[in-house]
Amino acid sequence: MSATISVNGALHTVDVDGDTPLLWVLRDVLGMTGTKFGCGAALCGACTVHLDGEPVRSCITPIDSVGVSEIMTIEAIGATEAGAKIQKAWLDVEVPQCGYCQSGQIMSASALIASIPHPTDGDIDDAMSGNICRCGTYVRIREAIKQAAAA
Amino acid sequence: MIIDHRTSEASGRIQPTSANALTRRSFLQAGAAAGGGLLLSLSLPFAVRGAEAAGTTFAPNAFLRITPEGQVVLTMPYVEMGQGTYTSIPMLIAEELELELSQVQLEHAPPNEELYVNPLLGVQATGNSNAIRGAWQPLRQAGATARTMLVAAAAKGWNVDAASCRARSGEVFHEPTGRRLKYAELAAHATGMPIPVNVALKEPKDFRLIGTPAKRLDTPAKVNGTAVYGIDARPPGVKIATLAQSPVFGGRVKSVDDAAAKAVNGVRQIVRLNDAVAVVADHMGAAKKGLEALVIDWDDGQYEGLSTEAILGELEEATLYPGAVAQSVGDADSALPSAHTQLEATYHVPFLAHAPMEPMNCTVHARSDAVEIWVGTQAITRVQAAAAATAGVLLEQVTVHNHLIGGGFGRRLEADGAARAVEIAKHVDGPVKVVWTREEDIQHDMYRPMFFDRLSAGLDAKGMPAAWKNRFAGSSIIARWLPPAFNNGFDHDTTEGAIDLAYDLPNFHVEFTRVEPPGIPTAFWRSVGPSHNVFVTESFMDELAAAAKQDPVAYRLALLEKTPRAKAVLALAAEKAGWGQTLPERSGRGVSIQHAFASYMAQVAEVEVAKGGTVRVKRVVCAVDCGTVVNPDTVKAQIQSGIMFGITAALYGQITLKNGRVEQANFDSYQILRMDEAPEVEVHIVQNSESPGGLGEAGTSAIVPAVTNAIYAATGKRLRQLPVDSAALREPQ
Ligand code: FES
Ligand code: FES
Repeated sequence: MSATISVNGALHTVDVDGDTPLLWVLRDVLGMTGTKFGCGAALCGACTVHLDGEPVRSCITPIDSVGVSEIMTIEAIGATEAGAKIQKAWLDVEVPQCGYCQSGQIMSASALIASIPHPTDGDIDDAMSGNICRCGTYVRIREAIKQAAAA
Repeated sequence: MIIDHRTSEASGRIQPTSANALTRRSFLQAGAAAGGGLLLSLSLPFAVRGAEAAGTTFAPNAFLRITPEGQVVLTMPYVEMGQGTYTSIPMLIAEELELELSQVQLEHAPPNEELYVNPLLGVQATGNSNAIRGAWQPLRQAGATARTMLVAAAAKGWNVDAASCRARSGEVFHEPTGRRLKYAELAAHATGMPIPVNVALKEPKDFRLIGTPAKRLDTPAKVNGTAVYGIDARPPGVKIATLAQSPVFGGRVKSVDDAAAKAVNGVRQIVRLNDAVAVVADHMGAAKKGLEALVIDWDDGQYEGLSTEAILGELEEATLYPGAVAQSVGDADSALPSAHTQLEATYHVPFLAHAPMEPMNCTVHARSDAVEIWVGTQAITRVQAAAAATAGVLLEQVTVHNHLIGGGFGRRLEADGAARAVEIAKHVDGPVKVVWTREEDIQHDMYRPMFFDRLSAGLDAKGMPAAWKNRFAGSSIIARWLPPAFNNGFDHDTTEGAIDLAYDLPNFHVEFTRVEPPGIPTAFWRSVGPSHNVFVTESFMDELAAAAKQDPVAYRLALLEKTPRAKAVLALAAEKAGWGQTLPERSGRGVSIQHAFASYMAQVAEVEVAKGGTVRVKRVVCAVDCGTVVNPDTVKAQIQSGIMFGITAALYGQITLKNGRVEQANFDSYQILRMDEAPEVEVHIVQNSESPGGLGEAGTSAIVPAVTNAIYAATGKRLRQLPVDSAALREPQ
């Protein structure tokens, strides 16, 4: 079957089964590899993208559920106010180690400060605990979110 | 780790081409670069196996190029895995060559075992926290040599004394006349200058870059999605495959019904191997769907009944008999029976998976006479060799494109994933990217070994240790990975952290027995030795302090008189942690001290144990003396990272086998520490001018006993096995 989706403002028509997870459409069909695969089961957050501004795990989001929703990925998040702030804070604080989880972290964090501009530690825990960082950059992620919120 | 290179075979010799270029036992050669400019070829010390014996042979393994266009390019044998190597290594060159960090460019070294040998590991690999340790002297010397030659070239051109010239920011200045020339303009002339003998290196007080918190060069691409990891490789026409490997190690495929899989939209091909089945598709979604539709009947083979309990029993049994003596000081056997108090304990630690965030993957285009590979690896030459062997082609017919690594931790020192991908690719027309599901990644890892330890100690009348004995059994990764470094029944990785303790112990005896577990492969895991030994040693030391009814910090300090660097970090960590200040009920502080990877580290962990037994690590204070600090921010980042990795292991980490199958599968059954569980971490660096120590792994091993000792302080329960059993910590009703 074919589906038309809007990714970062551009329309794409893809020919895949309707139950194909969005993650693989982005990575393998459209070649947008900034969104990462970590678990395939909504356990790690590496695949986080925004659907109409809400963070979702693209590895369990079937393509036929997306409809006309606007998909935004790490490749375009810098164009949003929250995304730009988060990326800058990530650079200032030097958050990444291996960096592999960071697309997902940044997507979750951008959604957080877009909805809660001044998050508490509890808000940060709630928004970010679905994103695993095997390199353990949590201390810096927290610091960077606070810095972005203060900016 | 200390590797004995004397027993390694000689290889990689190049005969010198010009007398000027080489003095006996020189490590550096200069000449004209292809395309003009200055080329320095370096042979890192110990790296060239057999070179010393060979006298005048010379095998470079790193290259520094200064081009007529003004580029300064370092071709470097280390891989960036998130540890900041790409930033720290060029700092060494830039410091002595009088360049800004931004003026040095880096290139990945192509696979060439002969040229890019890591000085401490002895093969081309990045592991064991050794990138900076290996590069520290030679790269600074290379920078200083190049600078001296550039200055000499300028002085000659101006017909002035070189001593009146200075190098700064990529230019040479003649101070009296204000004349200046860029390195680019001098590079070609510098090739004719003599190579200086014994260039003086800067005093630490004169460092401009080393010791300053440089921004990492790899960060921008990692925050905007443009960083390219192995899994992101997309050669034109690439297909995506995923696979099921025999759930029992050593089993094989009996039969496959692939009709339903083949019917999945987007599935192109099913590849059946002896012990695995792969589904090749247009995208991973189809490949995974195809995999689920496969009906595979496995022949489980000889390990079908294997359990971790059985392996543990074997290890325990092995510690009843003498092992290889790894270290013996004084006479522990005589001192023990006559000691005032005697203690005995056994400890054990489980198998652990690496579970890097980037699952195993490898892209291969196999043709009959050439194999091309796209992968992120810590050991590129091993990938090349494994691919050549699997494909049945010559080494030089294999091209490996290395990529960023989404977490290595030792997993990507192994080439099993590349070999597997080549096996599959041989059946596929065109390039194929083999991506493991997370479940395959966890169930077909090569694991941090299980160990069993039997300890005993005697205390004198004052409670101080009079004898210490430790006998432990488990796998030696070195014996498989680098056999020449396994000598007399042990190696320096497996025993690191169990021997050469910072403590002054008069009668000390440690034995190791190598027992390779059947039916489960083992590998390096963010170090192997210290990750296990420091837990055991520092827990037992805590037991000694408790038996002596002494404060754990004071007890340790009293044993560190001969190791001032260890004593200093312990005192600092205790002070910063507020050691001794009261904490609420069921909260406690625990301490550890570690001398490993040529660094000294002390950690104090503060934990809270809920009534239900759940452990929460609230705060960690770490003091470290890792010698000269090249990039302090990287040091802190690596320690923070290592601590989280270690807490994950302490609280959750275990791989168990039942009926030969790994029971854990994804991040629900193999849990990783998350944001809401992460402690505050404070890192305090003790600065000095000793050679740099390693850090990538130090934080991981040192945190584990700090946590379990803190649990003891909070609950009175001594934990002698990992992971923490929270059921045992439940408050009785
Ligand atoms: S890959 Fe989607 S949550 Fe892990
Ligand atoms: S930076 Fe490596 S997994 Fe997060």
